[in-house]
This record gives sequence, C-alpha cells and structure tokens, in this order.
Amino acid sequence: MKTILNEQQLAITIQRLTHQVLENHLDLENTVLIGIQPRGVYFSNRIVAELKQQLPARTIPYGLLDITFYRDDVRKGLHELNQTDIPFSIEDKNVILIDDVLWTGRTIRAALDALLDFGRPAKVELCVLIDRRFSRQLPIQADYTGKSIDSIITQKVKVFWKEKDGKEEVALL
Amino acid sequence: MQLSTKHLLGIRDLTPGDIQLILDTATQFKEVLQRPIKKVPTLRDVTIVNLFYENSTRTRISFELAEKRLSADTINFTASGSSAAKGETLLDTVNNILSMKVDMVVMRHSASGAPHFLAKHIPAAIVNAGDGINEHPTQALLDALSIRQALGGLQGKKVAIIGDIMHSRVALSNIYLLKKMGAEIMLAGPPTLIPTYIREAFDVRVEYNLKTALQWCDVANVLRIQLERQNQPLFSSLREYNLAYGVSKRLLDSLDKKIVIMHPGPINRGVELDSDVADSKQSIILQQVENGVAVRMAVLYLLAGAKGEKN
Repeated sequence: MKTILNEQQLAITIQRLTHQVLENHLDLENTVLIGIQPRGVYFSNRIVAELKQQLPARTIPYGLLDITFYRDDVRKGLHELNQTDIPFSIEDKNVILIDDVLWTGRTIRAALDALLDFGRPAKVELCVLIDRRFSRQLPIQADYTGKSIDSIITQKVKVFWKEKDGKEEVALL
Repeated sequence: MQLSTKHLLGIRDLTPGDIQLILDTATQFKEVLQRPIKKVPTLRDVTIVNLFYENSTRTRISFELAEKRLSADTINFTASGSSAAKGETLLDTVNNILSMKVDMVVMRHSASGAPHFLAKHIPAAIVNAGDGINEHPTQALLDALSIRQALGGLQGKKVAIIGDIMHSRVALSNIYLLKKMGAEIMLAGPPTLIPTYIREAFDVRVEYNLKTALQWCDVANVLRIQLERQNQPLFSSLREYNLAYGVSKRLLDSLDKKIVIMHPGPINRGVELDSDVADSKQSIILQQVENGVAVRMAVLYLLAGAKGEKN
C-alpha cells in the first residue's frame, strides 16, 4: 500500500479545489453542488463545509445523487442503493458534480444521464479528488482535479475518510 | 444485495431479509417517482409480458406503469379475446410467448398455484400478481410499505385484517408477511368468512366483534367482499353485512384512538367500508395505490438483476 495523499495533503487539496471552484463561480450565484453516492459524498461534504467557511452568509444548494438505476452493468449483479436527495431545481443552473475517484468514466456517464432526468442544467462541471488518467473508457475529463495519478488496471485507489474508515488518506493498493 | 428467490410466487417463500430489501428498494423508487422525469433506464433490455387471466384494473395498470418507469418493453395479454378462448393450455400459451424472447412473466390467474406450476416449467422469472385464493404478494408488500410509512415500522404493530378472509389472497399474503416482520395480527369478520383452523395454522387472533377488533388495532386492513368467489350464501344480505361488519365513521369516532384504515381496492362502498371513512384523513387507500408502483418497480428490478447473476 502506497500513500498518495496523507491527511495534511488531503486537507490542503480540498482547500485548493474549493478555491478553484470559487474562482470560476465567484459567490456561487446560480451554482449547485451534487455529490455522487456513496463514496463521493464524503468528499463533497468536505468541499461544501469549506465553501461554507468561505461564504458564511450564503446557503449553498447541495444535493446527493445515486446512480444505481443508470449504471450500464445493472444486469451483471445488483448494487447497494443509496438515497438521492436533490431538493432544488437544476434547470439552467451550473452544476458541479463531485466524486472521489475518476477512473473509467462510466460512473460519470451514468451520473450525467441521471442528472438530465432532473432538468436541463446550463453547464455541468466535474470535480474529482483523484484522477486515474490513461484509464478512461469514455471521453470524460474533470474540470477540477485534486491529484492525477498513473496506475495500472489491477491496482486500486482507495480514499479513507475519518467518519467512515477512521483515518484520512488516499492510498494505492 | 440479492433476493433469495428467482421468482416472486408468494410471500411464503421470502425471508424477512428479502422483504426488507424489497421495501427499502421501493423507498428509493418512490423518490424516482417524484422527479420531473419519472423514468429510469434500468431495465431497458428486459421484455416483460403481463398475463392476465382474470380481471384487474389497479394491479395491471400498476405493473404496467412500473415496467414503463423502468424502461422495460411490455406486452399485455388478457385471456378474453386471445387463443386461450380457443382452448390453448396455459403452458402452450406461455411457451409461445417466451419463444419470442421474453424475460419475465407477470401473471394473474383464477387458479391457485398457476404461477407455481409455470415456474417449474419455464426459464423466465415469474411474478405472481394474484392466483385464485392463494396469494397476492405485491399487494402485501405495498400494504407493508404503507404501514411502515404511516406508523414508522412493522415490528410489534397491531394489524387487524377485516372481512372476507376465506376468499382473500390479500389476507393470506398479508398474514405471511406481517408474521415474518414481527407484527401482531387479528382477523375479524363473520365466522362463515374466516377459515376454521386459521387460528391454529398461523397462531393469529380471531375476533368476531368488529368494534373489539378496531379498538385493539393500530391499522385496520378492510378487505373486499368477494362475491364472485362465493358460490353459496355466507351471510344473509349485503345490508346485514354492512350493519355488523361495515366500518363506519360513527364506529371509528366511538373508539378512544385514531386508527389507520387501509383497503386493497376495489371498494364496495357502503358494504365493507362507508364512503365517509374511505375518503377521510384516516384512510391511506390512495397512498397504498401510489406505493404499489414503487413496490412493483422494486420487485421487477431485483428479480431482473438476479437473473443476470445466474447467466
């Protein structure tokens, strides 16, 4: 197991990504954030908490999206369902999709399909903590990337979160 | 995450874990049904035939809607106006349909055990949409989901099932389900409509006085009097049945608590249930119908996924 980001680096990366988001969406006017269930949500919770610190006066529209029903491998076995909770309209909004690891791009493909069932956003951006480049199976790329890594297909990238795994770390298994 | 069975023939074959999984999955599908676009592409490669050998409005529409919301392709078959009227056997009909590459069969039949018979002879997944006086599993599941939403759970809840227990597949499926999920059950109705040994068979309470039953329960599931299945008079008149076993507003107001009223439909208004009760705030009849689509989506989704794993 090789550490990619330790706890301190992870915190700094999240801060940087938050600032990059704010750079493009100054006071988050007309912008909503959506975390992808299940593991992207730990990451998106951090981003949203950080944004709240930067913009204490604003309420940040934040939703959760479960993509199980949109997966392209439903018939190869069922996946655990999670809650979808998008308590606002995404019509004509800038949507920032947030996930922990971008790998083949299939999850994001499914998320885009799912998102369109909630309305027609003005723009969709993608924010990921780890980008496993050169392993994409679909033409999808991130707008905000915590760290890009090169890995081979048999390796696994695992993101550990305090509230779930007891430690904060990104590791290559 | 997987059901323990390949078909949904009855609640009898399900484990408490299966029931929990179906209800939890249905809750997620309820959210889908609130979206601007109430449709997901999950079963777009699945073809489902709805075989209805017996009349149905709610169940057939509910299944069809559930299939369409999941993007499955559907074929509808009703016995009247089909080759079944020319004398083709059930197995021949189904095999002919399956040879056109159909993945799942949703079936209602007036003969108890018809879907179990089919399950032994064909490879497709079968969902029982009501067989004779045996079971109606998706109805019991949607009833359970409705109770869970109204009371927050099933464990330890007191459910009275009232009316024509003898001819009701809804009653039997509900009894199996509620027992598996730890609810308490009381059956109430005239002695002629309650099977003699049911108390011993299921270890349930039996009560012949309606008011006592209503006073005891948290939820009353009022069943339809199934005149089409009664080939001998089991009570003297509908009017008398209404007086002794009809749930009326006056009766409910005389209780010292508010209970939840359910009915699987179609209602015989003024027989087992009075209109002002059916349309009151205590009744969750329309929520039951709404939950029906979500529960059926959950069942079809879970069975379709299970099929993939086997191949």
